[in-house]
Amino acid sequence: MNLTLKVWRQETRDSKGRIEVFPAKDIPSEASFLEMLDIVNERIIAEGGAPIHFDHDCREGICGMCSLTINGIPHGPESATTACQLHMRHFRDGDTIWIEPFRARAFPVLRDLVVDRTAFDRIIEAGGFISVRTGAAPDANTTPVPKEEADRAFDSATCIGCGACVAACKNSSAMLFVSAKVSHLNNLPQGRPEKNRRALRMVQAMDEEGFGNCSNLYECEAVCPKSIPADNIARLNRDYALAAARNALT
Amino acid sequence: MPLSLHSAVPSGPIDQKWTRHKMDSRLINPVNKRKYSVIVVGSGLAGGAAAATLSELGYRVKCFCYQDSPRRAHSIAAQGGINAAKNYQNDGDSVSRLFYDTMKGGDFRSREANVHRLAEVSLNIIDQCVAQGVPFAREYGGLLDNRSFGGTQVKRTFYARGQTGQQLLLGSYQALSKEISRGGVEMFSRTEMLDLVVVDGHAKGIIVRDMVSGKISAHAADAVVLATGGYGNVFYLSTNAKGCNVMAAYRAHKRGAAFANPCYTQIHPTCIPVSGDYQSKLTLMSESLRNDGRIWVPGSISIAEKIRCGDLRPGDVQEEDRDYYLERKYPSFGNLSPRDIASRSAKEVCDEGRGVAPTGLGVFLDFRDAIQRDGHDSISARYGNLFEMYEKIKGEDPYLTPMQIFPAVHYTMGGLWVDYNLMSNLPGLHVAGEANFSDHGANRLGASALMQGLADGYFVLPSTIANYLADQQPGAVTESHPEFKHCLEEVTGRVDTLLEIRGKRSVDSFHRELGLLIWDKCGMARSRDGLENALERIPEIRDEFWSNVRIPGSGEQLNQELEKAGRVADFLEFAELLCHDALDREESCGGHFRVEHQFTEDDAEVRDRRTQPGEAKRNDQEFCHVSAWEFAGVGTRPKLTREPLEFENVELTIRSYK
Ligand SMILES: Cc1cc2nc3c(=O)[nH]c(=O)nc-3n(C[C@H](O)[C@H](O)[C@H](O)COP(=O)(O)OP(=O)(O)OC[C@H]3O[C@@H](n4cnc5c(N)ncnc54)[C@H](O)[C@@H]3O)c2cc1C
Ligand code: FES
Repeated sequence: MNLTLKVWRQETRDSKGRIEVFPAKDIPSEASFLEMLDIVNERIIAEGGAPIHFDHDCREGICGMCSLTINGIPHGPESATTACQLHMRHFRDGDTIWIEPFRARAFPVLRDLVVDRTAFDRIIEAGGFISVRTGAAPDANTTPVPKEEADRAFDSATCIGCGACVAACKNSSAMLFVSAKVSHLNNLPQGRPEKNRRALRMVQAMDEEGFGNCSNLYECEAVCPKSIPADNIARLNRDYALAAARNALT
Repeated sequence: MPLSLHSAVPSGPIDQKWTRHKMDSRLINPVNKRKYSVIVVGSGLAGGAAAATLSELGYRVKCFCYQDSPRRAHSIAAQGGINAAKNYQNDGDSVSRLFYDTMKGGDFRSREANVHRLAEVSLNIIDQCVAQGVPFAREYGGLLDNRSFGGTQVKRTFYARGQTGQQLLLGSYQALSKEISRGGVEMFSRTEMLDLVVVDGHAKGIIVRDMVSGKISAHAADAVVLATGGYGNVFYLSTNAKGCNVMAAYRAHKRGAAFANPCYTQIHPTCIPVSGDYQSKLTLMSESLRNDGRIWVPGSISIAEKIRCGDLRPGDVQEEDRDYYLERKYPSFGNLSPRDIASRSAKEVCDEGRGVAPTGLGVFLDFRDAIQRDGHDSISARYGNLFEMYEKIKGEDPYLTPMQIFPAVHYTMGGLWVDYNLMSNLPGLHVAGEANFSDHGANRLGASALMQGLADGYFVLPSTIANYLADQQPGAVTESHPEFKHCLEEVTGRVDTLLEIRGKRSVDSFHRELGLLIWDKCGMARSRDGLENALERIPEIRDEFWSNVRIPGSGEQLNQELEKAGRVADFLEFAELLCHDALDREESCGGHFRVEHQFTEDDAEVRDRRTQPGEAKRNDQEFCHVSAWEFAGVGTRPKLTREPLEFENVELTIRSYK
């Protein structure tokens, strides 16, 4: 198939970006979206140009590295699919495809489609863990966890930290990301002792990193490649309110 | 000077070695620990766990990874599960059984003491992960659930749906994050190690490149830990992430660290076949599918041809025209035969011209009978997410038409040589996880890599590293040492040389060419002729690379072509080491199959039906050893030293899965 790509190009964090147009000719429809970009890059290199930079690693939808906004949608048109798992048969011959980075104030562009998402790491560092030292753990079956609870924790824990939720939100809010981690840990008996502290500190870190408030439109849920449900956000709001109230009392 | 390989295995009965060793290990008091610094390269299960734990103990840690976050290391992609001898199922599992299964699975080419320790430590890993909040699958009673995996007869695999690696890695990432926020670990993401700095024979630091600014800088420490994963991408196409590389390990090798058993590479039988030359990586379909899927190809070449050109639908092939070759050849293990056997059999039928898929390189994994027997819903409950993944990639519905699968490179058992303390022959250089050679011998069992990475990172290294550090004056070597300056200049020079070639061919084109060659000559079946041919071809490709590669842009910016070029340059040297090892090992064992060494009708073992023609033939008289290779110059045959393997607790038998 033959396509036209309109791609965001930006040399460095501080330079000004622009859209450039590239033809993508003779693309096999079995290729993945990133393989299509590989083919285009091979041709750009052969012609002496600078290849399009984009983040990727596992190419199987789990590492969270790929981060393309395709035709205005983070990770593109297929639901529950990362850009690396999107295949070209979902496009039509002759299509024009817009490819841009995940945009947010807290995710500055480093080059072309590559953005800096270290803000997410700093939010986890603020409290997205259980404080247990290696070697101090009791036998794993000492504390039974009801299957439903464990499954619910798992559903939130599948977040791949890609940042699509932020890119989709008009306020660039990180509430889905933060609430998924808080739900995962606060739902488990092991995570309860630090429940309040975790909610308070992660929300505070999120605010400090420049993410906006929840828009309540749940675009985040719609684009999430792992279908993390937005009801996590309500749970986080509740945990946060309780923790804040308790904090005010003590 | 000949290489001295002292395995440092403690004396005493096998089940007491580790306990005794811990008792006898050196201790550093808490106040002094703070004075020592350790560099950990890698943030996967091995590196992340090691960095977090060393910091908890009080050491000052610097951790490095090439991704934008430590959470994205390739351990994240592991699907199936992690083994541990908990015996929660009460099905007769024990530390000794896990020990034995791992020794046998490795085709008796691993060190007994290391494997036993791994089996012992497996118990603590599960406890640790659960305490961290890893959401393993549970039964309705609230206790942990288990599944079984290839090559074993007990249920000892803990899992978190099809995302076990992700959940374990998030556990270690969160432990690491806790230590970063406490100030014990300084994290350097998007930072690639380009060289190891050796001062007076000891590893004392690394040279890195900041992948965003391009700045090349030096970091000194009292000890260095490499946990940089496997080298499967030497084949170009593999189930590894695109960035996986051998650079860190190979740079250490060039600085004096011995590389052990590089020819032990694992091919996974159930991956999605290659569909075209644009293909950038291969996707694993979990081994668990072989529990219900039946593997077959057409009995005749003519039917296979019709399927390949789309003239015949697989569903319309009559029962008598189907060859369920694994069930036929291995009636008792059938479709669940170990990975190397299943892979080689697929290659054989495709070589005969009976392969399916447009390229002829594919076999069917068919769920028709299972769906008829158990119903659509129960198959979907078991494998729903895998079927979806398959459909996403292939655009075909496996409920209606059989999956196509083909073997692909998946894991590398070889790695840097380490002793019982996980220290290489270069004092101060420690190696953990897939990057070392230690525990899996010639073949790794499913669900054992995650176990080994976490064993090394959480439990072994944090305790053994003190044996080295206790004799070191903390902070004695700093970045101002002339060796750092020297190494920095060398690395900068190499980067500049790469950029100045300004040739005509892309980096990927060289990587592809190398990968095809290695897959062909040093893949599932290896021969003397093929390997000798590869050893002639590799230097030619390498020479062309160094005169004709084109890397656009400069070194002072984010430059992905430059990153790839550095890695491919190392693969182009490493590939030769791989082939030398495969050539030298005149036997077949585990993942290393030499066509010259297989059982024939003439062998007594075949006549008394302990095995059958075509099976791998070990040579225990001559090859019961670890092959440790020393670098001797680019293009020069490396120097071999053998570490003999002694077996006191297992009996060497033919690995039969009939
Ligand atoms: C698709 C797939 C499925 C698997 N499923 C299973 C399974 O079910 N069970 C099982 O037990 N095993 C499984 N394995 C194997 C297992 O996942 C790996 O062997 C294991 O996770 C490796 O962990 P590691 O910590 O050694 O390395 P990795 O997780 O690969 O980490 C390597 C780290 O080193 C860093 N690094 C590498 N080079 C450099 C450099 N030059 N400079 C700086 N940093 C560098 C990387 O950034 C990364 O942080 C699977 C493997 C694959 C590919
Ligand atoms: S590249 Fe890993 S999720 Fe897309």
